[in-house]
Amino acid sequence: MDDLIIEFITETNESLEELDLDLVNLEKNPNDKDLLGKIFRLMHTIKGTCGFLSLPRLEKVAHHAENVLGKFRDGALEVTPGYVTLIFESIDQIKYIVSEIEETGSEPAGSDKALIDRLDAAYEGKEVSGDASAVGESSPEDPEDEKDIVIDIQEKELAPGDASIDELEAAFAAAPGMEGIVNPADEQKEEGKSEEEGKSAAPPPPPPIKKEEPKNKTAKKEKKVASQTLRVSVDVLEDLMTMVSELVLTRNQLLQIVRSHDNTEFSAPLQNLNHVVSELQEGVMKTRMQPIGNAWSKLPRIIRDLGLELNKKIELVMSGQETELDRQVLELIKDPLTHMVRNSGDHGIEMPEERVKLGKPETGKIWLDAYHEGGHIIIKITDDGKGLSEDKIKEKILSNGLATEEELEEMSSQQIQQFIFAAGFSTAEKVTAVSGRGVGMDVVRTNIEKIGGTIDLKSKAGEGSTFTIKIPLTLAIVSALIVEAAGERFAIPQLSIKELVMVTEKTDNRIEYIKGSPVFRLRDSLLPLVSLSNILGLSENNALDEVKELTCNDDKKPSTEENIKATEQVLHDDNEAITSEEVTNSASENAEIIDDDEKENSKLAEDAKRKNLYLVISQVGGYEFGIIVDRVFDTEEIVVKPVAQMLKDLTLFSGNTILGDGSVIMILDPNGIANATGNIAVGDAHDNHDEEVFSHTNKKKTSLLLFNVGEPAPKAVPLSLVARLENIKAKDVEYASGKMTVQYRGTLMPLIPFCPSVQMGDSDDDEKPVLVFADKDQSMGIIVNEIVDIIEEYIDIQLSSSQGNLLGSAIINGVSTDVVDIAYFLNSVNKDWFKDHDDTPFAKHDDDLELRKRVLIVDDSPFFRNMLTPLLSVAGYDVTTLEGPQDALELRDKGVVFDAIISDIEMPDINGFEFAQHVKQENSKWADIPMIALSSHATPEDIEHGTQVGFNSYVAKFDKDTLLNTLAQTLNS
Amino acid sequence: MAKDELEEDHSKDYLTIIIADQRFGIPVLQVQDVLREQKVTKIPLASPEVAGSLNLRGRIVTAIDVRKRLNLPEINKADQTNMSVVVEHKNELFSLIIDKVGDVLSLKEDEFEKNPGTLDPIWRDISTGIYQLDGELLVIIDVAKLLENIGE
Repeated sequence: MDDLIIEFITETNESLEELDLDLVNLEKNPNDKDLLGKIFRLMHTIKGTCGFLSLPRLEKVAHHAENVLGKFRDGALEVTPGYVTLIFESIDQIKYIVSEIEETGSEPAGSDKALIDRLDAAYEGKEVSGDASAVGESSPEDPEDEKDIVIDIQEKELAPGDASIDELEAAFAAAPGMEGIVNPADEQKEEGKSEEEGKSAAPPPPPPIKKEEPKNKTAKKEKKVASQTLRVSVDVLEDLMTMVSELVLTRNQLLQIVRSHDNTEFSAPLQNLNHVVSELQEGVMKTRMQPIGNAWSKLPRIIRDLGLELNKKIELVMSGQETELDRQVLELIKDPLTHMVRNSGDHGIEMPEERVKLGKPETGKIWLDAYHEGGHIIIKITDDGKGLSEDKIKEKILSNGLATEEELEEMSSQQIQQFIFAAGFSTAEKVTAVSGRGVGMDVVRTNIEKIGGTIDLKSKAGEGSTFTIKIPLTLAIVSALIVEAAGERFAIPQLSIKELVMVTEKTDNRIEYIKGSPVFRLRDSLLPLVSLSNILGLSENNALDEVKELTCNDDKKPSTEENIKATEQVLHDDNEAITSEEVTNSASENAEIIDDDEKENSKLAEDAKRKNLYLVISQVGGYEFGIIVDRVFDTEEIVVKPVAQMLKDLTLFSGNTILGDGSVIMILDPNGIANATGNIAVGDAHDNHDEEVFSHTNKKKTSLLLFNVGEPAPKAVPLSLVARLENIKAKDVEYASGKMTVQYRGTLMPLIPFCPSVQMGDSDDDEKPVLVFADKDQSMGIIVNEIVDIIEEYIDIQLSSSQGNLLGSAIINGVSTDVVDIAYFLNSVNKDWFKDHDDTPFAKHDDDLELRKRVLIVDDSPFFRNMLTPLLSVAGYDVTTLEGPQDALELRDKGVVFDAIISDIEMPDINGFEFAQHVKQENSKWADIPMIALSSHATPEDIEHGTQVGFNSYVAKFDKDTLLNTLAQTLNS
Repeated sequence: MAKDELEEDHSKDYLTIIIADQRFGIPVLQVQDVLREQKVTKIPLASPEVAGSLNLRGRIVTAIDVRKRLNLPEINKADQTNMSVVVEHKNELFSLIIDKVGDVLSLKEDEFEKNPGTLDPIWRDISTGIYQLDGELLVIIDVAKLLENIGE
């Protein structure tokens, strides 16, 4: 049976069971509006879902019942006991059909015409209520009708030989009730009574005739549902998981204790406990598991659409859909996966002609595969497309200033390829609607790393690319390596560890130093190293001078004083002379700091003698580095617990846990360590301090699209305003009433060159990038010369512009850049809004933020919020934008104050008029704040309505100058 | 001692603790545990007042060095061991490392006095008031205040 149908049945059964209880109440209070509403909603849902699942019979019953219920609910029809019976019958009929579907997978044959006719009669109200015999008439014949069905069912159910005594009993139990309805002396009352009798026999109080049905069915159904699925709230599962985690920890502790005693009598039972707990853990984990196919179900469609849109032939081959992983993890990888598959289709697969030319099959293939490997899930996305072009990546790296040419020379192709995960990087020459905004892979990597996963990439030009994602099965229990630095133990999640290297001075591997920074040659690559004790500030004495660490000769006794001497000695030496001995650095550094602790001193002295150090080679995104630790213990399964609130700022730790021996240990976050070592490419988690909603927008970073128009200064426009970027060929440009247009997605889109210097070339194939702006049904394109980049930057407009199409100039990416006023272009396309744009904007540049007038914009359209913010900011206002009045009212209640409020009128939930009423109501803290309405519909009635509810003015959207004028006047008055 | 007559006179019970010869009081209802010296895992890079964390029956407890918090000199470890009082604050457990634990005192609420204005600002901040006992003063600690400003 279809999954959807199963789900539908489960849900419907649940709602029906719930109704059973409520129905009893309905009997007592036939006019209980809430209850009627509830039944109405259920019918409505069933009707809607049935239409979708094509279950016409059920749909019809639900539909007609809904009609009647609708009348009850609206009070158009009074609920009489007769009607109540009718509702019961409908519900029972629905139950019957549902149970049949559950059994056979399809609707039973037969018709519900009699019932429907009665429902219709009831719906028409007059007939039924006026002429009581309508019901009376139908009831005698109806039971017969129903009886047939009943018998049918009983036969069906009996046939397989599973007729239970319950069923027979139910049939008997129904018998007295049956008499009640067969002689409907005065039907309505009688029916009502018989209902009550019926109730005592069976909880659902259907009309007696049908009572046998539901009883049979409920009994059957309960058996079935119970045996198949059981709905458990996620909270219960989470709790269970936590408990099991604790149990695992306790077991670990016990095992640890037993290990230190030989042959105790506890060994055997503990071993047993060990197994049971492992199984329990596995079992509980299973409850949270879902097949990964759930996250993939949308992909074939996406690929199909993508193929059509790009005129490519792409086939998506999926395998391993049944691979299960934690629900929580599944949710988190859904979007990254979709993005990557789309990327493969967009960037990877070539056009069919090109593929044929290359001798590849015309249809490009994308393979999506998932499988388990050592406690992890591996997801592979492979395409047989063109692969990554190293040259293009290099070019981009250079133009984005991510690395210098010399640095690139030294990099392996693997390292170069990793740059595609860097923020703001995109190799696609054209930024299409599908992908290529250069934010994708960066976000993908961040999301995967957030759940402790890794992403890797292999690509060969011309042959295709493979992305390998490795994610943990679950986030609840992780395996971690326990290491020691400066006498303290720490846990490093196993997943981020690539390998372990032991360095002794006898091996060829040794730590080398470049101007004091430790590095290590691992096979052919040079790894930067971080000393754990240094980065954790556990060796403050010598952290000041890294060179100091390199110490201690072979023959030197590792006593502290001598170490220091040795260190000083070394300091005078040539750096190059320090080679093989450095290995022991942290031994000495430890020796130094534990002056005050004799015990540890001796232990570390021992370490120093051994002169072994360990490098934990970790990978965070494309950045590989080694962590120098003193000792490595074994790995342990740990349950990550969040750190106390007051320790939240320590980014080097991702949590803490209790080890098998009962001690608390901090869990290191390799991401945090990579960040702390100054690897900028590893995301900017540090910047993301929670900002309050109402913090000044001009302090926030905005994504900007930079482009060239043949003028020296690059132009910038907030990326959020741009709907799409397209390349348009000269031959596609048409002229309609003297204006440039292009056929775009089935409509004519006006095109405007950014400035006269931007012109389409003469040749037909000349292409120009076009920024497409769209809002609701309008769209327009601005032709520019070249898309330069997308960056995140604070917009701080320093010079306002007298040029209509610019808001002003700001320093962006170190270059003075003109920020474009998109409203200007929108106005010039839509002349209605466009009047005189040559007025100088109201640039009032008070450097002091305090003096700037605070303006709140409430608009549900992100487009307008994004457009108005720069416009008003440059005019000298301090702008706060909110999506809806609800948020605004919350701010009011928090005591935030503004000088003016600009509000949209058409908004969901609370519209602008209602919002104004809220703001202006008595006792409102904002009652005195002037309000300006902003709307695309400015009819006189609207304006009047606006004034009534408290708007001071009413301005049409797009009318930038009037808005600025009005705002200035309002604030001055 | 659950229901003696004092309780009807609006008296409150305090666990007295001693830090650097000064007697402090913590409302006894806030105290979850009293521990002997514990093995504490250091937390590198945390504020100096945070002594580390420890395992209390499977829960991770953050240990706070109250001497450091109160700007008192460090205890001479060779001379004496310390003790801790475990309190709960915002659903997290904290172990307050102090010198010694004294008696539980039942004190009348009307004898409670405001802090003298000349009290050290740090102390004034973490204390709700003072009781005059025979021969010494009892400074009542506001646990929430004591824990709130750590790490900022």
